[in-house]
Amino acid sequence: MIAIIDLHKQFHQLQVLKGISLRVAKGKVVVIIGPSGSGKTTLLRCLNVLEIPTSGAVQIGEVKLDFSKKVARSQLPLLRKQTGMVFQNYNLFPHMTALENVMEGPVTVKKENREAARAKASTLLSKVGLGDKLDHYPAQLSGGQQQRVGIARALAMDPKVMLFDEPTSALDPELVGEVLKVMKELALEGMTMVVVTHEMSFARDVADEVIFMDQGVIVEHGHPEQLFTQPREERTRQFLQHLK
Amino acid sequence: MVQMSLSNFFANPERLDRWITIAQSSFLPLVKGALLYSLTLAIVSFFIGLILAILTALARISGIKPLVAIARVYVSIIRGTPLLVQLFIIFYGLPSIGVMIDPIPSAIIGFSLSVGAYSSEVVRAAILSIPKGQWEASYSIGMTYRQALQRVILPQAARVSVPPLSNSFISLVKDTSLAAAILVPEMFRKAQEIVASTYEPLLLYIEAALIYWVICFVLSIIQDRLENRLDRYV
Repeated sequence: MIAIIDLHKQFHQLQVLKGISLRVAKGKVVVIIGPSGSGKTTLLRCLNVLEIPTSGAVQIGEVKLDFSKKVARSQLPLLRKQTGMVFQNYNLFPHMTALENVMEGPVTVKKENREAARAKASTLLSKVGLGDKLDHYPAQLSGGQQQRVGIARALAMDPKVMLFDEPTSALDPELVGEVLKVMKELALEGMTMVVVTHEMSFARDVADEVIFMDQGVIVEHGHPEQLFTQPREERTRQFLQHLK
Repeated sequence: MVQMSLSNFFANPERLDRWITIAQSSFLPLVKGALLYSLTLAIVSFFIGLILAILTALARISGIKPLVAIARVYVSIIRGTPLLVQLFIIFYGLPSIGVMIDPIPSAIIGFSLSVGAYSSEVVRAAILSIPKGQWEASYSIGMTYRQALQRVILPQAARVSVPPLSNSFISLVKDTSLAAAILVPEMFRKAQEIVASTYEPLLLYIEAALIYWVICFVLSIIQDRLENRLDRYV
């Protein structure tokens, strides 16, 4: 489903990604962990080209963009349409209700019929447990509720892959569970997911593969059981030690 | 001296009667001039000016050098020269190179350019005040730059810019009095015409001032309502 080939990203003088290659099969959940500044968020943002890689290629589904050549601006939405993104700070549209937030993509981007989009959006919001909050504005919702609207908004575009950028980091501890629950359900339904998170319990329970990144490279990857209990690399061991 | 003439004035009941008669007969023509020309001129110019302002603001933040330069020069020229002089150039100046523009279109051009330049800074600041995450969220659901701008960024920027833009609009309503100088029959010119036939400048100009005041008062009430309406989701 996802193929990342020798991806580099440079901000001015700073090398943030130094040759990342990764494959994610359909229906798999990959969790990326690592210290801050390791490049994990940048990697995720390269997958839907919110950051444009300096070189390398990204393929999601049928769409492949090779950044070693010049990529036209008009090509970027092609890759974005394959992915749904959930942000750390939710980034809901504050001037729209929960329902309108979820309808916005289908109506504006896909030109779907308003009524059909409304029905679909309301189904999705019920699915994330917000069937009774359709007409609430983001400011009237808790962080956990906002993040679930964010998930519904991304799902409304029927993405092949869901990307989560520290989806629970901005939440009060008691609200983390409700978001993780929705993510778990999504994983069980067979959604292909790439998740950057510090929630090790989620990684352990849900991930098919855990990737440890540090200083712009993938240091180690493997099954969560193996990576958490018997890390092969010293750096992984140190990082996991710090978490405890 | 002042006291003497004042007492003369109030001791003269005929003068007072005359004032009341002139005030009554001039009221309708003045209000007509205000609604038909002053306010209409302001509304049309503000609308065109706002479009210019948005385009100028987008040019400024585009980072595309020629666009940035054009926007900068435009804003600098308009802000750096008096509106009255601009109106004179358009109406009295351009005919000498064969460009004849009627009074009302001349006024609309002058006022629109002025609103466009001043408001572009307001619009620019408002657009830049919207968090980057809003652009990213829009892009992440597949929107183009234009869709993100229209559906997500500008509606939020509009809320931020309502108070300063309302001020611009109220200023513009008053500035339309400058159009009197290029023969637009708006309220102030009407007042001048009536003064020319009645020789009562104090009465007529105070009457005109009061009508401007009432209009601006009503506009500021509308501004409050608009702000409340746009604040409903925060």
